[in-house]
Amino acid sequence: MNTQPRVIGRPRRRVDARAKVTGQTRFADDIMLPRMLHCRLLRSTQPHARIVSIDASKASSIDGVHLVLTGEQFPIAYGILPVSHDEHALCRDKVRFVGDPVAAVIARDEVTAERAVNVIDVTYEPLRTFASPAESLAHEEPRIHDYGDHGNVHKAVALQFGDVDGAIAAADHVFDDVFFFEGSTHLPIEQHATVAMKDPDGKLVVYSSTQTPHYLHRALTKALAIPAAHIRVVATPNGGGFGGKSDPFNHEIVVAKAALLLDRPVKICLNREEVFLCHRGRHPVLMRFRTGVTGDGKIIGMDLQTLLDGGAYGSYGVASTFYTGALQTVTYDIPRYRFRGCRVFTNKPPCGPKRGHGTPQSRFGQEVQLDKIAEHLRVDPAEFRLRIVAPPDSVTANYMRVGTIGLAECISRVVERSQWKDKFRKLPLGRGVGLACSSYLSGAGLPINWNDLPHSGVQLKLDRSGGVTAFCGATEIGQGSDDVLVALIAEVLGIDPFDVRAVTGDTDLTPVDLGSYSSRVTLMMGNAAIQAAERARDILAAAVSARLAVPSTRLVFADRRVFDSEHPEHGVTFQEAVCIAEASVGTIGTTGSYTPPKSPGHYKGSGVGPTPTYSYTAAVVEVDVDPETGWITVPRVWIAHDIGRALNPTLARGQVEGSVYMGLGEALMEEQAFRRLPPRLSQALVHKFPSMLEYKSPTTLDMPEIFTDLIEHPDPEGPFGAKEVGQGPLLPIMPAVANAVYDAVGVRVDQIPVTPEKILRALQAKAAGKPARSGPAAFPDIAWPEPLLVAPPWEGGDGRASNEAKRTGRKAEAGIEAKVAVPR
Amino acid sequence: MKVRLAFTVNEETVDILAEDYKTLLEVLREDLGLTGTKHGCELGECGACAVLADGKPLLSCLMLAVECEGAEITTVEGLAADGRLHPLQECFADLGAAQCGYCTPGILITAKALLDHEPRPSRERICEALSGNLCRCTGYLQIVEAVEAAARQSVAPVRDEDRR
Repeated sequence: MNTQPRVIGRPRRRVDARAKVTGQTRFADDIMLPRMLHCRLLRSTQPHARIVSIDASKASSIDGVHLVLTGEQFPIAYGILPVSHDEHALCRDKVRFVGDPVAAVIARDEVTAERAVNVIDVTYEPLRTFASPAESLAHEEPRIHDYGDHGNVHKAVALQFGDVDGAIAAADHVFDDVFFFEGSTHLPIEQHATVAMKDPDGKLVVYSSTQTPHYLHRALTKALAIPAAHIRVVATPNGGGFGGKSDPFNHEIVVAKAALLLDRPVKICLNREEVFLCHRGRHPVLMRFRTGVTGDGKIIGMDLQTLLDGGAYGSYGVASTFYTGALQTVTYDIPRYRFRGCRVFTNKPPCGPKRGHGTPQSRFGQEVQLDKIAEHLRVDPAEFRLRIVAPPDSVTANYMRVGTIGLAECISRVVERSQWKDKFRKLPLGRGVGLACSSYLSGAGLPINWNDLPHSGVQLKLDRSGGVTAFCGATEIGQGSDDVLVALIAEVLGIDPFDVRAVTGDTDLTPVDLGSYSSRVTLMMGNAAIQAAERARDILAAAVSARLAVPSTRLVFADRRVFDSEHPEHGVTFQEAVCIAEASVGTIGTTGSYTPPKSPGHYKGSGVGPTPTYSYTAAVVEVDVDPETGWITVPRVWIAHDIGRALNPTLARGQVEGSVYMGLGEALMEEQAFRRLPPRLSQALVHKFPSMLEYKSPTTLDMPEIFTDLIEHPDPEGPFGAKEVGQGPLLPIMPAVANAVYDAVGVRVDQIPVTPEKILRALQAKAAGKPARSGPAAFPDIAWPEPLLVAPPWEGGDGRASNEAKRTGRKAEAGIEAKVAVPR
Repeated sequence: MKVRLAFTVNEETVDILAEDYKTLLEVLREDLGLTGTKHGCELGECGACAVLADGKPLLSCLMLAVECEGAEITTVEGLAADGRLHPLQECFADLGAAQCGYCTPGILITAKALLDHEPRPSRERICEALSGNLCRCTGYLQIVEAVEAAARQSVAPVRDEDRR
């Protein structure tokens, strides 16, 4: 038995804090090895072109150059999703964006490598460039990739849950709105870096700033055709990730290959411009919401279309596409729903997962439209939302299982703390408040490569010192995953977190954890860690029970002791308990693992969106807008997050505030935008401002006061009741800002970012008697596929599509898995 | 071409040969193995590489090492003394001011420069002083609070071994 939590729920210094404040955390670029060489990449200057020839003879002859690599050496394609293995470490026949890597030089130092890269001659035959989704939809040829749905459409999906058209036709009010969400990038302060080497046995070792060492391990296995067992990937602590280090990257594969060929350590560290080009960030999304509402404010049908600008490669794009439509139903009751999403290729750096992965864009549209609906129905937007919050323990129209839902409490809390009722529509011109809500996954319910294996594993070693070592593949990207691991084990075993050593993110030493993405680590690693720790506790309890002649059910593990709850003085130290157990049963090691519960959806696409439990957030943002210039500032934000249980409130608060910060950056200023060079400079499509100075992100001077509330009702699925906190709190910020602007100056900015220029344009339109709005005019006609028809649960549906060929299910998917995983 | 460089780093004399084109940042990290100082842009945009030169904060990525001849440089490795963390380090660790920890050395150094000159700065002054240091994780609030806490801390800092 255990007493009240001693570790969980208390604000604590995180276990890796000392290393961080003393500069001793070893990031990938901090690794310096004897005989280490350095790599630089030659990147395409053309946005879309055939490679006619590459002449590297001059580069090879430079003193200090050890190796020049081109696409010739990388015949095997790879990619993060099994359905989009469309990347080669170096381009082979064509380039697809300015920045696509074409060749690599490995030299004694970076300066020499750079000099050699600059004298490689590449002859290109330019192809038509696709700068926008409209252009990609308009021209089927030339195709950027020779796979995908058709032309330059990577993926178009359509799902329908019930008679949406009938519902909308029968609605008292129909709202039809088009929104645009500009792309943005992660901008981690640490630039991506990788060091590869052969270990003394001749096996490949790769240290990299990756959020997903397991997937990098798989990609290296495939792309280099080496058995997985002969590759070790070590994820170094990431200096910020935010989703930007979740793909296997070309530079990682290049230095791995070079290290194998040269039998010397090889390092690459991208410069800042290259980090912008790596990207995999927020997809620009154009979206249209048609929503039918009854006179008393019930949503009876919603029809959502999204158009994603995918950039030049697949990346996570198919998942991102589904995510733009997956979570609309888990916040509010939407009985009939249709979602159609289309991702096109363009000649720009590839988009992928950024914090909130695919969901912030459509969450923005949905929450701004709800504000418009409430306005039209003359109800308070908070009251309106409270009436339509999704019920707990329910299954949505699209077969997402909602468990606990603290959304109503989140709304009530921010309404109360912000004094919403005294402010909304009552502040003087130029000041306003806006409210918005959101939800996010506590880990994706399905792995990227479908299989029946656990998503997270933890091993524990208890030794005679009384110390415990925890091994787990989870990756520390700054969010505090090592601290969660150590804290949970310390709690269960009644020891101090400092007594537990974490060994993480190492494919040789640790059991697989799928990686730091989809806010999955606390819940999945956490449950695995608790299982491993409880198994260890049971072993110790059995041995101590025999020694002390006390029933094991009466034993308490606390304060580094194991003792009789009825006679607390009667007990042994934790270290003695370990020794007693080891003498009794031998070396003590336990394992724990976690696999999420099965989801109720069985249609194609139902794999994106399910999670063991959703987090919920509500936020009120206050803005000051100058009605003359449109200049906007945010003085205050109130945010309440349904976290289930805050394992370490200091870190949980940091995740919420960091999300608010990143949300404000997206809401107000951040843009991953492109321009064409003038004709005399090739007209190439280039990044507008690949530098931190010009890519604006908020500084200390831009930050508002943030009032954070953690709503804690432990969730049965989470470790000690915890849900996610790393992504959900970002989502309501952008729509809340747009809604606040309307409250402040009476204009709608239906596009992100909400810049002074756009506000001013809307104010000018309003003054001219035109619609008081800045935003996209229309959504294009897209040749959608026939939707999969899935009856909602309340119409007798079983989670399957009535018009989908019977799927062979897991077995077929497992076949893909086997094909990918088997070493050649 | 390599040149001889002589200066003081964290109160230790340094006398080395290094490439003349190298920035102070590169010499610290690559020639002296002081990898605590970070880089995020190498263009003076992010503040991650801040060090103290004769007590003043500067961006080591914008400074050639040869320009630092004779200077007294302090890096994050020089903040702790006599086995004790600097109060800023203690407060950053306790109050969640370091998440990924990558911008942290530059921010600690910048904050130290502020506190050395203004022991009790207002919140506005702290925000102003740190406005050239980008952090993508925290949203800055816990950082500002940690600097305030360090400024308030009048008791002697705690030794590592006393903390247990």
